[in-house]
Amino acid sequence: MSLSLQDVQRIAHLARIRVDEAEAAAYQTQLNGIFGLIEEMQAVDTCGVLPMSHAQDLSQRLRADVVSESDHRAAFQAVAPQVENGLYLVPKVIE
Amino acid sequence: MTDTIKHLSALLVAGKASSVELCQDYLGRIARLNPQLNAFVSVDPDRTLAEAQAADARRAGGNVGIPAGPLTGVPIAHKDIFCAEGWLTTCGSKMLSNFVSPYDAHVIEQFKLAGMPALGKTNMDEFAMGSSNETSYFGPVKNPWDTSRVPGGSSGGSAAAVAGRLCPGATGTDTGGSIRQPAAFTGITGLKPTYGVVSRYGMIAFASSLDQAGPMAQTAEDCACLLNIMAGHDPRDSTSLERDKEDYARDLSLPLAGLKVGLPREFFGAGLTGDTARAVEAAIAQLQKQGAQIVEIGLPNSKLSVAAYYVLAPAEASSNLSRFDGVRYGYRTPEYGNLAEMYEKTRAEGFGPEVKRRIMIGAYVLSHGYYDAYYLQAQKLRRLIAQDFVEAFKVCDLILGPTAPTTAFKLGEKTADPVEMYLSDIYTIAVNLAGLPGMSLPCGFDAQGLPIGMQLIGNYFAEARMLNVAHQYQLATDWHTRAPPLPETSGVRW
Repeated sequence: MSLSLQDVQRIAHLARIRVDEAEAAAYQTQLNGIFGLIEEMQAVDTCGVLPMSHAQDLSQRLRADVVSESDHRAAFQAVAPQVENGLYLVPKVIE
Repeated sequence: MTDTIKHLSALLVAGKASSVELCQDYLGRIARLNPQLNAFVSVDPDRTLAEAQAADARRAGGNVGIPAGPLTGVPIAHKDIFCAEGWLTTCGSKMLSNFVSPYDAHVIEQFKLAGMPALGKTNMDEFAMGSSNETSYFGPVKNPWDTSRVPGGSSGGSAAAVAGRLCPGATGTDTGGSIRQPAAFTGITGLKPTYGVVSRYGMIAFASSLDQAGPMAQTAEDCACLLNIMAGHDPRDSTSLERDKEDYARDLSLPLAGLKVGLPREFFGAGLTGDTARAVEAAIAQLQKQGAQIVEIGLPNSKLSVAAYYVLAPAEASSNLSRFDGVRYGYRTPEYGNLAEMYEKTRAEGFGPEVKRRIMIGAYVLSHGYYDAYYLQAQKLRRLIAQDFVEAFKVCDLILGPTAPTTAFKLGEKTADPVEMYLSDIYTIAVNLAGLPGMSLPCGFDAQGLPIGMQLIGNYFAEARMLNVAHQYQLATDWHTRAPPLPETSGVRW
């Protein structure tokens, strides 16, 4: 397979990364090179093989339903780009 | 050896040196040598010395409550992937270049509890994505053995700092070889534990099913001491294993008689350069002399590990790194109209090219219509790769091979072609996919005087046995004692 410039722009949009035309061409070459490496996977017959999502076969632990966190709002918001009255500020979402 | 963690601990216990003296010495060395190595991205001498004073008070039996441990007062450096309260925690990225962490990672907490002062935060590939430390926003780290060469990556700052004696030990993380490959390139010892042994809480996530933290130091014995502090259950990481605390140094002195060492034929084929092959073969002969038996094994699916990894790791990364959107922390683009533009410009400006490539690969392989062909197929290959190890460990105790196909390469040599860079992790990636422990230790030098590392791979939870074998090898050889040609790295400092 080979990615077109349009594919690169679509992927960049999915990833929410702005890519201009010159960059898109460079990414196209590099990503196609990487997919060339990945492509060798397709030759392997994996019929009947169970996918492995994780190194340990674990089930999620449960904990008691009690409050375990204390309030860190001030400390956490101190490192935010823009806050006001304890709220994170972003551009208007709904016009 | 006069600057190992073991030696510094003995000096502190005997009252022959204070933690403040040790930290001042290392801080001075960092100030003198870091401009040429770029191994540290943050140092904060006042903070380090305050921690050293507290450690000295604790050792003197001052009114601080917690008794001193063997490593109380021994300084350590931390890879800048670990959140450390009050420290700039950048992960090697512009995206986090202004992020002062409001909390401590579990690993950082453990070293604080042990009373080990932090000397600083070490440079790394951006978000741990790289094999040469050249993707860091803060510039490449230089290899102390030859400053025109890379130290490996992604824990290249930690590796160069330990090798250059800018710190006696350091933390690292390993997703596809990021502790072992830089350890090999810089002539030090590094261990990636079994997945789940060390908590990932507060360790900035790259690929969550593969990431694991571990120690980097001059010797296997020092790595055992550091792992004793790092390892242990932490309920804040849902993948942290509930196992009894173990002493990773308990088996260090066991003899090697009867040890069965498996040699994967796939690791000794084409692609392995002459000097590396010769050094690893000499190490095998040395272990045989110490009583080990050699068994030939096969890891037939390991050749697929790079391909499977470059689907799985980017897929997990694209999801993990979606949190960097300029809203709650880190960088935000200065100019934007609407929310979508704010996200897209923030991420375009905040991430470097390698991180963007991997996020895009991940977004693609997880997208509608491609999931089965890429992500699911890679997960199936992961099963086949892990199953090879299960079979191998039926006939051997440990697996041995090279850590990397070459020694340290030149700065800029592999930056033009991402695929060529990826292949420098060809021997290490399978270990992460299987979740097994792996380590690298020095076993010789090439014709240009660059260090060569050999890799030991153990079965799940075989860290103590691996450290035993590495320690016994280090008792019989002196590769790990060689220091790079920097000022004051030979001779007695302490």
